[in-house]
Amino acid sequence: MFELELKNVSKYFGARKVFENINLDLKSGQSLAIAGPNGSGKTTLLRIIIGLMVPTGGEVLFSKEKQKLDFDSYRPFLSLVGPYLSLYGSLTARENLKFISKVNGLMPSEEDIEKILEQVGLEGRGNDYFSDFSSGMQQRLKYAAALIKNPSILIFDEPTSNLDDEGKKRVFDIINRYRPDSIIIIATNEKEEYSLADSIYKLGE
Amino acid sequence: MPTRSISWVSKTLAVTRKDIVSEFRTRYAINAIVMFALVTLTVISFSVGLLSPSKEILSALFWVILFFASMSGLAQAFIKEEETGTAMILRLSCEGSIVFFGKMLFNFLLLLTLSILVVPLFIVFLKVVPTDWTLFIGAVLMGLIGLSGATTIIAAIVSKASVQGALFTVLSFPVLLPLLVAVIEITTVSFTGGTFADASAPLQLLVAYDVIMITLSSMLFDFVWRI
Repeated sequence: MFELELKNVSKYFGARKVFENINLDLKSGQSLAIAGPNGSGKTTLLRIIIGLMVPTGGEVLFSKEKQKLDFDSYRPFLSLVGPYLSLYGSLTARENLKFISKVNGLMPSEEDIEKILEQVGLEGRGNDYFSDFSSGMQQRLKYAAALIKNPSILIFDEPTSNLDDEGKKRVFDIINRYRPDSIIIIATNEKEEYSLADSIYKLGE
Repeated sequence: MPTRSISWVSKTLAVTRKDIVSEFRTRYAINAIVMFALVTLTVISFSVGLLSPSKEILSALFWVILFFASMSGLAQAFIKEEETGTAMILRLSCEGSIVFFGKMLFNFLLLLTLSILVVPLFIVFLKVVPTDWTLFIGAVLMGLIGLSGATTIIAAIVSKASVQGALFTVLSFPVLLPLLVAVIEITTVSFTGGTFADASAPLQLLVAYDVIMITLSSMLFDFVWRI
């Protein structure tokens, strides 16, 4: 059982306030949609949650079985899919997944990799370079890279951007499959994606 | 998914291997540093080669070529990661020390390839042969270790700036100055037929520099890299 807690988290860029005193508490099996207009700080809040930005005030706490975890300890359990995150264009889909697995301490078999590629609709495309993929297919491979860690905390920033209807359906299926056991956070403006979360936190209001 | 624990060394080598494979396919850094080194070497051999410069000047010129050639390509290790958006996946996948040593090893191998090309050409064009090869090779290897250690953390710093190219050289020069002074002195001794004892002071400086630079860089890297 994982728990993610945000205590009075605030972020300022110079004198400009992005958000102030955000308090959240999520446990495994709970999901949250972060909504808000452009510039309301959704991506900033996600970056703070994943430990890649320091909040101006407050703190983000991760724990597993009530034991507090630092960044290096909770990183293996965390996956992110976002438009600003990319894979290696000069590596094939298979090489990307193998590299990401290896630096995460995992050793998937060829069969595991094929299975993950199949889950995201990229079966038979493992030897194609990431740079040769369309933006929608690149997005699908990012999902494969996120899922290969078998994460307990999944964070999505605009999860269905660049995806066609079939891709969106796959993403909905993936998120719904992970919902019962994982903490899921989705930053989105798409109303149909609110249905993927148990609750909605609105920024910029 | 069946998994097994992978050692720190394997993860580090995975970062290096990924960079080597990418470099083989794009040839971005190797082309830049090799072309820069060859052009500089040719210009130097035409401009001062006919003047019969002293061994002291030749050893300085040798390291000037390696220094500026490395400045033209080594920053790419991090700049490309930031520009293409792959830096975040690395940050979310492994601890900073793995990225630092993986990139440092890649930079070292890149510089070693450069040196293997430059040393014979330098000897042929400028008609200087080390009398003590052990000292010369030792100086080159220790110099490359220090150069790759220092440039790896500086590349990580400048990858977040807007004027990366100029900043990389400007930041690197003062940091690398003690290293350059030491390796030039040792190379001079190896060219002029001095004894090992003549090079002991700069050798001690070089070893101390490498140890301190790599230890400090690996300790500070997380602060530079993560945020």
